[in-house]
Amino acid sequence: MEHINWQGFVGGVWQNEINVRDFIQHNYAEYKGDESFLSGATERTNALMKKVQGLFTLERQFGGVLDIDTATVSSLKSYSPGYIDKENEIIVGLQTNRPLKRGVNPFGGMRMVRQACEAYGYKLSSKVEEEFTYRTTHNDGVFRAYTDEMRLARRSHVITGLPDAYGRGRIIGDYRRVALYGVDKLIAEKKKDKAKLAEAVFDTEQIRLDEELFQQITFLGYLKDMAAMYGFDISQPAKDAREAIQWTYFAYLGAIKEQNGAAMSLGRVSTFFDIYIQRDMERGILTEEGAQELMDDFVIKLRMARHLRTPEYNELFGGDPMWITEAVGGMGEDGRTLVTKNSFRMLHTLYTLGSSPEPNLTVLWSKELPEGFKKFCAKVSIDTDSIQYENDDLMRPLYGDDYAIACCVSAMKVGKQMQFFGARCNLAKLLLIAINGGFDTTTNIHIGPQMDAMQGDTLDYDEVMRRMNIYMAWLSHLYVNTMNVIHYMHDKYAYEKTQMALHDTDVGRFMAFGVAGLSVVTDSLSAIRFAKVHPVRNEEGYITDFVTEGNFPKFGNDDDRVDLMAKDLTHKMITELRKTPAYRNAIHTLSVLTITSNVMYGKNTGATPDGRKNGEPFAPGANPMHNREENGALASLNSVAKISYDDCRDGISNTFSITPAALGRDEMERKNNLVTILDGYFGQMAHHINVNVMNRETLMDAYENPEKYPNLTIRVSGYAVNFNKLSREQQREVISRTFHEAV
Amino acid sequence: MKGRIHSFQSLGTLDGPGVRFVAFLQGCPLRCGCCHNPDTWDGQGGTEYEAEDIVRRAERYRSYFGQTGGITLSGGEPFMQREFAAEIFRLCHEQKIHTCLDTSGCVDAEKCGQVLMHTDRVLLDIKYTEAALYEKHVGCKMQQVISFLQYLNRENIPVTLRQVIIPTLNDTEENVLRLLEIARQYPCVDKIELLPFRKICQTKYDMMGVAFPFGHLPEPDPGRMDELRQLLGRYGG
Repeated sequence: MEHINWQGFVGGVWQNEINVRDFIQHNYAEYKGDESFLSGATERTNALMKKVQGLFTLERQFGGVLDIDTATVSSLKSYSPGYIDKENEIIVGLQTNRPLKRGVNPFGGMRMVRQACEAYGYKLSSKVEEEFTYRTTHNDGVFRAYTDEMRLARRSHVITGLPDAYGRGRIIGDYRRVALYGVDKLIAEKKKDKAKLAEAVFDTEQIRLDEELFQQITFLGYLKDMAAMYGFDISQPAKDAREAIQWTYFAYLGAIKEQNGAAMSLGRVSTFFDIYIQRDMERGILTEEGAQELMDDFVIKLRMARHLRTPEYNELFGGDPMWITEAVGGMGEDGRTLVTKNSFRMLHTLYTLGSSPEPNLTVLWSKELPEGFKKFCAKVSIDTDSIQYENDDLMRPLYGDDYAIACCVSAMKVGKQMQFFGARCNLAKLLLIAINGGFDTTTNIHIGPQMDAMQGDTLDYDEVMRRMNIYMAWLSHLYVNTMNVIHYMHDKYAYEKTQMALHDTDVGRFMAFGVAGLSVVTDSLSAIRFAKVHPVRNEEGYITDFVTEGNFPKFGNDDDRVDLMAKDLTHKMITELRKTPAYRNAIHTLSVLTITSNVMYGKNTGATPDGRKNGEPFAPGANPMHNREENGALASLNSVAKISYDDCRDGISNTFSITPAALGRDEMERKNNLVTILDGYFGQMAHHINVNVMNRETLMDAYENPEKYPNLTIRVSGYAVNFNKLSREQQREVISRTFHEAV
Repeated sequence: MKGRIHSFQSLGTLDGPGVRFVAFLQGCPLRCGCCHNPDTWDGQGGTEYEAEDIVRRAERYRSYFGQTGGITLSGGEPFMQREFAAEIFRLCHEQKIHTCLDTSGCVDAEKCGQVLMHTDRVLLDIKYTEAALYEKHVGCKMQQVISFLQYLNRENIPVTLRQVIIPTLNDTEENVLRLLEIARQYPCVDKIELLPFRKICQTKYDMMGVAFPFGHLPEPDPGRMDELRQLLGRYGG
C-alpha cells in the first residue's frame, strides 16, 4: 500500500500491516552528538507558558482543583473544544472545554466521583446520578462478586490500593498508529480481525472479543469525530510533523477523556516524531526552533492533563499524578541507538518549559548509549530532578526494542501487550499476621489460616519462616482471585475501548501484583535470625511490639546475609502467585514499588521486629529503610540490584537522593560521576532508579515556605511530583529519607 | 594480614579521581586543629578486617569505577598501618584496581616504599605552607612533608596537593601562591585542591568529650574559596 502522505519514507512491511516498529526501524536517524544543536523556547512558547503558569497558580490557590464539570460524563465527544489560547496554540485539544477543568468519570465507580466532587465543594449533578442509577459500574460489579475474605483482606489493608473503584489504567495505546496510518485504515484492519473471528468456535472468550472489537471500532469512529470538532480530519495518515504530533496527541486525548485509569502512560513517541521532523527539515519546511516549538506545545498539553480524585486516593498516589510516562532513548536490536535529536528535544522541554513531574520522562539506559546523550541525561537530572532511568539492557532481550513503560516501572511492548494492574500487598503486615496466627492487631480482624500466636520469650527464626510460608501461600491465592474478579468486571463494565483499539487484536496480557514493605520485612527477618527479638504481648496475648537485643545485618549495606533474604522473599512470592491461574491467561508479574503509599502502608502496620515503630512509614519501593545504610550510596544500590528482575518483571523501584556536594566537586565531575554510577548500577542488571540531586535543606525550606518553591520537582517512587502537591505527611517522609552526603 | 578500619564509603567522589571506594583506616599520630575525623585517631579503635576482605569489598564496586575510579585509603593516617595498606594495594593491583592514598606526608618516605610501589596517586594533605604553623598546629615538621614530596617526585607518583583553608590561618593569596610554588618545583604534582574548613565534626568532638581546637574559628565564605581557587590556574583542574 502507498499513501501520498508517506512520500519520502523508506518502505517496508509496515505499509502492508500495522507495524510502527518496522516503520521506525526503516526510517529513523540515530544521533550520537551532544545537546549543542538545541534551540531555546520561542516567544510564543514563553507567552503561552506564562498563561499556563498562571492557571497552575490559580489551581493551587483553589485547593488543587480549579473547576469540575459535574453535569457531563467524560467521554470523547462530550465536551465542546477547549483551548488555552486558541490563536497561539500549535497542538490543540483539552480534556474538557476549559483548561484544567476536570470531568467526571463514573464508569469505574460512582462513590469515588461523588466523594471527589464533595471534597472540593461541588455536588455531582442529579442528571449524572440519575443516569448511573440504571447502569452498573466497574465498582458495582466487583462488589457483587467479592467474597467475604476478599473484603476482609481489603479492610485489614493487607491488600490495598486495588483498582476496584476507579479505572485500572496501566494500559498504553499505540497512539502513534493514528499518525502513521490514519483512523480509517485502523478501522479497516479491526473490521478484518472481526470478520476473521467468524471462523472460530464461539466460546466465552471469542464472544467477548467479538463484542470488544465492536466497541473498539465504534470508538475509533468517535476519535475521528472528536478531532473533527477541533477542525481536523484524522482519517488519513499525518502529512507532516505537526500533524503527526497532533494526530498522536488526539489519540492520547481520546484515551484520557474515556478513561480515568491511575496511570495513563504515553508510550514511546519521541523517536517516532523525529522521523517526521527530519523529513520536514529536509523539505525545508521546519527549522530546529520550529521543531522544539512543536515538542514544547505538545508537552504543554500533557502537563495540563488531570483526573478527578478523592483525598483517600491522593494518600496512595500523592501529587495528583497521571503517569504520562514517555520512554526515551534505548538501543535497537540491530545495535543502533534509538536516541535521536528528538530524544534530546523531549528532555530539553524541562528547560524550555521549566522542570515538571509530567510527562514522566523515563530514560531507557544502556551502556551502549552515545556518550553525548548519557551526559545530557545526567545534566538534566542534576538540574531538574525530573527524570528516571530504567535498564534497557535488561528489558530489551525480553520486550524487543519497541516497548514502553506504563506508570513507573512496568514494561510492555507498545500495542502488543497490556497489563492488569494490581496494586500491592503489605508484606510487613503479613509477617505480623503470621506471628499472631491470623490476627491483625491494627484493625482487630481475624484473617487467613487460624493458629495460636507465637509463644515464648524469643522469636524462633525457623518457626517464623514456617508461618511466613503458610501465610504467603494463603495470601497469594486470595490475591490472584481478587484480581481476577476486578479485571473481569473492568473488562465488562469499563473496557478501554479507545486504548485497546490501538493494540493488536491478539494482545499479550500481564497480571501485575506487587509487594510493599520489602525492606521492613527483610530487616525484621534478619533481626529474628541474627539478633534476639523478644515479643511484647497485649492483654489478649497478641504480639504488638518487639524488643530487639543485639545487632543484625540490614538491607542496604551490600551484605549478602540479609540482601539474599529480600531476593528470596520476592522469589517465593511470585512462585506462590503463579500457582493460581490469572484471568484471560495473563502472565503473573510482580513489582516492588509503592508510589507514595509507603506512608499509608506504614500507618496501617504495627511495630515490626526491625525496630520500626507502630505507624511509621515504610521505605518506598525496594529502597532500604531510611538511614540504615552505613556504607554509602553504592552499597545501597548493590543491595537493591540483587533483587532479581526474573522474579519481579513488573519492576523494582529504587529512589536515590544525593547531595550535589557528594556527587562531585564541580558540574563536569558531577555529570561524569552520575554517568559512571548509572553504568555501574545497570551493569549489575538492576532495573530502575530515580535520581534526585538536592540538599535536604531545600526540601525543609520548601516544607516551611511553599510559596518560594512553586515548581520544585522531586522523584519519589517511579514518578516525579511537585513537592507542594504532596500531603504534609508525605512531605515529611520524603525529607526523612536517606540523602547520601559527602563526609 | 589484618588491620583496623574506621568505616567505608562506597561512593567517594571527593577523595581522588572519579568514583571511589574509600576505606578510612584507624590511627593517626597528628592532632591537627582542623581535623574532621577525630574518631580515627585511636590506633586500637575501629574494627579489624583482613586485607583480602577490603579488596573483595572494593571489587563489589568495580562496575562503578569507569575509566578513572578505584580505591582510596584514607583515615586517620594510612601509613600508620603501612603493612596492611601495602597488602591491600598489592592485591588491588593484582585485580587492576586504581589505588589512591590520602596522607599527611608527615612520615618517613623510605619506610613507606612497599605501599608507594603500588600507589597510583597520592593525595598529599599539605596542612600549611609555613613551617611555624606546622610546628604550632600539626605537630610535625614541614620539612618532613617536603622530603616525602621529593620522594614521590623521584618515584614519579602523581600527586594531588590538598589543603584545608582555615580563616585567619591560611586563607590568603600569599599562601596559595606558595602552594603553587611548591607544585612547580615538583612536576609529580598535577593538581591542587583547596577544601573549605568545616565544623560539622563538632558533634564527634562532643561525643568524645574532647575540645575541638579550631571550634572557635569561622568556616570560609564560599566566595572567598572561589577567589582563592581562581589562582590555581592549570592546577585547579
